Amino acid sequence: MTGAALFAHQFRIDLLRFWRNPQSRYFTVLLPIVFLVIFAAIFKGTTVVEGKTIKLTTFYVPGIMTMGIISATYVNLTVSVVTQRERGELKRLRGTPLPARVVISSRAGVGVVVALVMSALMLLIGDVAYGVAIPSAMVALLLAIVVGATAFACLAFAVSTQIRATDAAAPVTNLSVLPLYFISGVFVPNTQIPTFLRDIAEVFPIYHLAKALREPFIASHGAAIAGTDLLVLGAWGIGALLFAARMFRWSPSEGV
Amino acid sequence: MPANASVHPQGSADAPVIDVRGLCKSYDEREVVRGIDLQVSRGEVFAFLGPNGAGKTTTVEILEGYRPRSGGEVSVLGLDPVDANHDWRSRIGLVLQSCTMPPELTVHELVEAYAGYYPHPRGVAETIDLVGLAGQEDARTTQLSGGQLRRLDVGLALIGDPELVFLDEPTTGFDPSARHHAWEVIANLRSLGKTIFLTTHYMDEAQALADRVAVIAAGRIVAEGTPQTLGGRDRALSDVSFTLPAGTGIAELPDQLVAIAELRDGRVHIAAAEPARMLYALTGWALARRDDLGDLTVARPSLEDVYLKLTEDQ
Repeated sequence: MTGAALFAHQFRIDLLRFWRNPQSRYFTVLLPIVFLVIFAAIFKGTTVVEGKTIKLTTFYVPGIMTMGIISATYVNLTVSVVTQRERGELKRLRGTPLPARVVISSRAGVGVVVALVMSALMLLIGDVAYGVAIPSAMVALLLAIVVGATAFACLAFAVSTQIRATDAAAPVTNLSVLPLYFISGVFVPNTQIPTFLRDIAEVFPIYHLAKALREPFIASHGAAIAGTDLLVLGAWGIGALLFAARMFRWSPSEGV
Repeated sequence: MPANASVHPQGSADAPVIDVRGLCKSYDEREVVRGIDLQVSRGEVFAFLGPNGAGKTTTVEILEGYRPRSGGEVSVLGLDPVDANHDWRSRIGLVLQSCTMPPELTVHELVEAYAGYYPHPRGVAETIDLVGLAGQEDARTTQLSGGQLRRLDVGLALIGDPELVFLDEPTTGFDPSARHHAWEVIANLRSLGKTIFLTTHYMDEAQALADRVAVIAAGRIVAEGTPQTLGGRDRALSDVSFTLPAGTGIAELPDQLVAIAELRDGRVHIAAAEPARMLYALTGWALARRDDLGDLTVARPSLEDVYLKLTEDQ
């Protein structure tokens, strides 16, 4: 088979496995939707973001979209890579002629596709339930989703190398993103966050993904592409990919 | 690439499928494999025996291309495993010591998935049938028993129609009937002309399946041969033993037996180089005395006895 045909074959299997896995279905797909509904129900009114007054729901749609993208890529991929490595599945796969780059890119591809689907769901729910108009700057929005999802998929491969036990994968990934959601303008508008916390948040990629996704919703004119934020995301992604390329393991952690 | 070039790149069916010379492996300062020589020919079932920690799995994983070695020469299907490429991997089937199957897939989906990785796979249904899982095609892997999972693992190893199959302790943890079923599967592989490299703890398994056996202990091969001749088993003395009739002393045995008879645990043991002659003398003596020697046994050292003796220093 050609590389493209092998990728299509593996992608189909990985997508099927994603969908059949209850943890992926509930935590990755359902949880962000529940969060959006709860936040929109509790917090009413308007907020000020980057000098513009917007409806809180207009803030929460890209905010929870950030969470959905990170769940689909970073959280889900880290957990599944660690689980499959420790179960010996990756080692067994390494013994077949399937090229490593197909294994890796297919997994990342599933994450990006699920992120796109999650984002579309958020857009739809926002539009239908809360009257948050689907932004006209679609190119900017798509770019932010794809760059963000790819960067967080790379981060997943990097972080997976540092987790030795399956049981640790979900807590470690959730702990690494939850506090950042609160200070990065995902759950709480930036204007309500103390400066020193926002300074910390700006170092990490979540802040920049949230900002790049929000831009198409609040920009009154122009392409609404958040260039600097996309560059920061890209840098994190490339750094993570280089780290993962050096440290990636196919065999379980036990033993010599 | 022409189809036949990938089947026999060495150009000769006589060249060993596995050729290992002076293989060494150390982890830090610890020597785990200390100079191993092995040759396995095409179509042979080769059993690699040894206690845990003897270097068995390390050796197998070097042959499979999972681990680099510290020294020596290794050729598997004409290629050094450290240079493993996709073509080489497509000609080898693996059953690793432990592997959990993806819980999200059914038997058929998983075998079909693996079939897609190989250039010339066997039929999916036919392979499921070969490993005795016909009727379980639509079962999720989580619904299978331990023995069925291991057979599924064997099915995945065979789906690419490999020339060489590595089976690392394929029946560990099986109940006796699952073990015998697995043996039938492996015997089937042999009749398909596959070369099989098998590691096992079970002597009866090696006895039932292997054409040739090598024993590794403390990183060295300590014996090699057929299951019938391993460790000089075919030339070893037979053990003739019985309980002396009441009121009889060992000195009352016929002269030729007295010299070699030993009393152990209340039984007389005679290490007999010529068991027929010894038995003739013994039974003649017993009949004359009207004793029937009701618990008389003649035993050959089992493969297990030989193995335990070879590995007892570990």
